[in-house]
Amino acid sequence: MAERVARLPAQGSDTNWLEQAKRLSIYLVLLAGAIIVFIPFAWTLSTALKAPDRLAEFPPRWIPDPIVWGNFPEAVTIKPFGRWFLNTLFVVGVATTGTIMSASLVAFSFARLRWPGRNLLFLVLLATMMLPDQVTLIPTFVLFRHLGWVNTYLPLIAPPFFARNAFFVFLLRQFFMTIPLDLDDAARMDGASFFQIYLRIMLPMSKPALAVAAIMFSQFKWKEFLAPLIYLNKQEMFTVSLGLRTFIGESWGTEWHLMMAANIIFMIPLILIFFFAQKYFIQGVVITGVKG
Amino acid sequence: MGLVSARSGTSRLLPRLALSSRQSEALTGILMASPWILGFLIFIVGPMVISLYLSFTRWDLFTEPRWIGLRNYEQLIFRDAKFLLSLKVTTIYAFVSVPLQVSLGLVLATLLNQKIRLLGFFRTVYYLPSVIGGIAVAVMFRWIFGTQFGLINGMLATVGIQGPSWLGDPDLVLVSFVLMSMWGAGSSMLIYLGALQGIPTELYEAADVDGAGTLAKFFRVTVPMMTPVIFFNMVMGIITALQEFVLPFIMTRGGPANSSTFLVLYLYRNAFELFKMGYASAIAWIIFIYIMVLTIFIIRSSSMWVYYEGSLKGR
Repeated sequence: MAERVARLPAQGSDTNWLEQAKRLSIYLVLLAGAIIVFIPFAWTLSTALKAPDRLAEFPPRWIPDPIVWGNFPEAVTIKPFGRWFLNTLFVVGVATTGTIMSASLVAFSFARLRWPGRNLLFLVLLATMMLPDQVTLIPTFVLFRHLGWVNTYLPLIAPPFFARNAFFVFLLRQFFMTIPLDLDDAARMDGASFFQIYLRIMLPMSKPALAVAAIMFSQFKWKEFLAPLIYLNKQEMFTVSLGLRTFIGESWGTEWHLMMAANIIFMIPLILIFFFAQKYFIQGVVITGVKG
Repeated sequence: MGLVSARSGTSRLLPRLALSSRQSEALTGILMASPWILGFLIFIVGPMVISLYLSFTRWDLFTEPRWIGLRNYEQLIFRDAKFLLSLKVTTIYAFVSVPLQVSLGLVLATLLNQKIRLLGFFRTVYYLPSVIGGIAVAVMFRWIFGTQFGLINGMLATVGIQGPSWLGDPDLVLVSFVLMSMWGAGSSMLIYLGALQGIPTELYEAADVDGAGTLAKFFRVTVPMMTPVIFFNMVMGIITALQEFVLPFIMTRGGPANSSTFLVLYLYRNAFELFKMGYASAIAWIIFIYIMVLTIFIIRSSSMWVYYEGSLKGR
């Protein structure tokens, strides 16, 4: 701030006044934008706390009367919500572990080891990031169905162990490239194998990048919808994202107060992780230049 | 490297089996990359070949696939009005919503780049929609866009306007989707903010000397310097938007009258509701080719408007 003030030419109050007005209007625009972002959240919360007969109130009422906290316990008991939550935690946990293990190993190979075809394959890997998933969707389904994996979690957790999501290889490789090569060379002289360098030097030095990858991937997995939709059709096997859909009734049968309560429970982990790990989100954007 | 091979004196004992350090590095490299190489073969190359084959067949998943040549493609391109409609609405959605999102994100980033107080707060708030993403947003907006009890029409009614049927009117449903996508436009702002801070201040100082105003600086300095980032996000955004599935699936089920049946939703219906696996594979390939041609076209045309500063001195 001080620097900015110092740079301003002292041309009298006219310029200052203009500058002030400009700043004020910027704040107003930003604030209006922030309110627009907030409204759907506020309305979701408001709806989640309403009695069913108050949903259609006119004019729309922001603070419900009465406030029905009971919608939350009701929403999680009329459906096997607890089970869904555990299912999702399991899928997200295993899949994230798989992605971090495979992506970091592969990224290390692309960043540090020289082998024939490496550069070409890296281009191929980048290209797969642009590949629309639909081209592989049906045969993959056929394969998993053939293996008897429908209605198991394997279609959701096995591919991550093969670095199926190339974006994370790319992200980690970009980070590994920034770690000085001298460290590897020193370790090599001490007789360390490549795998030891990966395990003892690269991974510990890359904790921030690994955290970025783990957070981005787990958020993506938490929200994943199409794969659970295709592979899971027993209700007790559902993930939360898939379970949310069951609250939508045919045409007018939706119980919106319960649906919104469920939606909030679904969003809470996403929002909490975001708040506590914000710097990692920003880091992710900085490393790759892409949002997750 | 010389030091390393000098150390491996033991290799003399096994002259034939011994690998030079270079060979062992290559072997380790391939071994370490093998999870991805295997995954690439199993989950990408294999399925692509098979889906290409399936796209020339008629197959209901339960009997043997029957080869029918190009008939699926003929049907899709010349006779399937629903498919052509879905191609049209998906394209409109992608090409309207993505440029709007990019421009809004850019404007927000520029505003936030003014050494503003509460930067952290605004950054957090604007990023929030993309954290939530997908299904939760679809569920929220299905409620907000409701014709009778939705928030928007409720607010409109308080000022005496009878709101339209946002998701129930074939002419309006895409507008509603675009509006909703604008709500999440702040997410790309983070990237632009980073890029903005990379623009050398000398450029702005030079513009100041030339007497350029705020708008002139935005369009003559900021935008040209940002074109690589804008370009990249535009391409990725359009590719993603062309594959949108959750929004129409949750909010409208593709209706009314198929006016929001996006390509992937149409594919999903054919594959997993009607079990027309061959037909759906052909749809997948058309989506794939469409996206590829589009990407190549955009990249080719980029040299006309993307400005790479220091493309010589870089790397």
